Amino acid sequence: MKHLLNTLFLTRDDLQLVKDGQSLLVKQGNEVLLRKPVHMLGGVISLGRSYITPQAMAFCAENDVALSLLSPNGRFLAQVRGPVSGNVLLRRAQFRLADDDKAANNIAQAVVAAKLVNCRGLLRRAARDQTLEADAEALALAADRLAQVLRRLEGAQSLEETRGLEGEGAAAYFGVFGRLISAQGDGFAFNGRNRRPPRDAVNALLSFAYTLLAHDISGACQAVGLDPQVGFLHRDRPGRPSLALDLMEEMRPMMVDRLVLNLINLRQVRAKGFAIEPAGGVRMDDDTRKGLLVAYQERKQKEIHHPVLDEKIPLGLLPHVQAMLLARHIRGDLPGYPAHFHKF
Amino acid sequence: MWDEADLVPLSALQHWIYCPRQCGLIYLERVWAENRFTAEGRLLHEKAHEAGYETRGQVRIARGLSLRSEAHGLVGVADVVEFHRADGHWLAFPVEYKRGRSKDHAADRAQLCAQALCLEEMLGQHIAAGALFYGQSRRRQDVDFDAALRGQTIATIAQVRAMLRLGRTPPPPNDKRCPQCSLRQACLPAICGTGLGSAAWLARKISRALEEP
Repeated sequence: MKHLLNTLFLTRDDLQLVKDGQSLLVKQGNEVLLRKPVHMLGGVISLGRSYITPQAMAFCAENDVALSLLSPNGRFLAQVRGPVSGNVLLRRAQFRLADDDKAANNIAQAVVAAKLVNCRGLLRRAARDQTLEADAEALALAADRLAQVLRRLEGAQSLEETRGLEGEGAAAYFGVFGRLISAQGDGFAFNGRNRRPPRDAVNALLSFAYTLLAHDISGACQAVGLDPQVGFLHRDRPGRPSLALDLMEEMRPMMVDRLVLNLINLRQVRAKGFAIEPAGGVRMDDDTRKGLLVAYQERKQKEIHHPVLDEKIPLGLLPHVQAMLLARHIRGDLPGYPAHFHKF
Repeated sequence: MWDEADLVPLSALQHWIYCPRQCGLIYLERVWAENRFTAEGRLLHEKAHEAGYETRGQVRIARGLSLRSEAHGLVGVADVVEFHRADGHWLAFPVEYKRGRSKDHAADRAQLCAQALCLEEMLGQHIAAGALFYGQSRRRQDVDFDAALRGQTIATIAQVRAMLRLGRTPPPPNDKRCPQCSLRQACLPAICGTGLGSAAWLARKISRALEEP
C-alpha cells in the first residue's frame, strides 16, 4: 500500500521548482528554500504562477509524483503525469460497469448511503454538543430527514433515483450546516452551499478544501489503475474527474466539513482573512489559505479505524484504501463496493 | 509461432507455484506491483551494466543472458549461466541467485528448469543439471532436470499461459503464506471472496447506522 506521502504546496508566485539529483528544490531567486527527496513526496500542488522547470516536471512524472497546477482559488487547471500505467483489464472492466446502469447504480448507492450516514453522523455528533435548544432540534430534525432518505435509497432502482436522493440528502444537510458554526456572528454566516464563485467565507473554505480532496482522490484512483474520469454516480463530462467526485461523496464530511468547522469554531481563521470581490465572490487571503492547507495536511494524519481492513490508518490514506477496494470490486473479488461508513 | 502476448515470463513460474494469485496480481493487475517493479527494474538495470562474460579456468560465466524458447513459449533473462568445459564442448549450466534460503516447494527449481529448457533449444544441447545459489545460507544446491521436474515445469507454463489469456486473477488462498507476502495490501486476502459490499452488507450497514441511539 502507499504510505501517506507528503504533498508539497507551492503557494506563492515567485517560486521555482527545479530538479537537483534525486531531490526537488524550491527556490526563490538564488536562495534554496526547501530540498525534498522525491521518494518522500506523493504530490506537488502549485497554486499560482510558480516556475516549474521541464526537468522537474519530467522528474515528477518518472517518480509517480502527481504534479497539479491549481489557480490561487484552488481551481484545477492541469496535471503533469507519466505514461498511463496500471492495468488495462481493470480500466476496461471499469468502463463496462460504468455503462451497465444496474452495476453503476449499485456502486452509486453504496457511495450515497455512506455519504448520508456520514453526514448524519456529523450532525448527530454536533447536536449532542449543542447548547441552543433550537439548534439541537433543527439538527435532530435534519438527521431524521437523512434517515428517511437513507431508507428510500435502499429501494432506488435507477441511477436517476439515486442521484435525486443524493441531492435531497445534501439539501437537508447543508440546510442546517450553518447551525454547526458557533461563530456565525463573526462573519461566518452560512446560508446554504454555493460555489463558482463561493459567495461567503464558509463556502470559500469548503470549495477550496474539496478541491484539495478531489486532487488526493484522483491521485489515489490513478495509483490503483482506475480512470478518475469515468464515474458511476457522476456522469462523464470531459475534464471532470467523475470517479474522484463519486468517491469524494462519502469522504467529504470527515475529511473536509469537520475540518472547516474546526477552523472556524476554534477561531483559527478570521473573517478579515476573506475579501469580497466586486462581483460578489469571496476570496481567501494568502495567510488564510496557507492556514487551511496546513490544517488539511494535519487532518490527514489523524488515525482512524478502518472497519473493512480492521486496521488503524491515517485519514489521509482513506482515498487510497477506498480506491483499492473499488478496484477489487471492479475486478470481481468483491460482490460490491464497500463504501466507508465513518465513526464520528 | 507464438503471439508475443502468449509468451510466458520465466519469472512468472515461481510466483505461480508459490501462489497463483500473487502471479495474477503481478502479471495481470500490474499496478499493484508497481513499486516492486520499479525496484526490480532498477536491479535489472544495474545487472545489465555488468552483463557480460568472464572466464575462470575451465568455466566461462555469462550474466544477464536473454533466453527464449519457441517450443514452450517462454521468455526471460537468466542471472548467470556457467559454461563448463567438457569433452571439447562448453556445456551450459544455469545458476539462479536467490536472496533467501532453500525452500521446500519447487518454485525455484521450476524456474531454473525453464531456463534450462530455453538453453537446450537455443544451444542445441542436453542440459542435465543446474544450481540454485541461496544468498542467506550461501549454499549452492544442485538441481537435476529429471523427467518429474521437467513435467511439472511444462505443466506450470501451461497454467500461467491460461491465466494470462483468460485475464482473470485467481482468488486469494488466505493461509499461512499471506502474512509474509509483500503484496498483501493489494491482495486483501482476508476480505476478497467474502460478502463485503453486497446488497445484504449495505443493508446491514444502513440499518446499523439508523439503529444507533
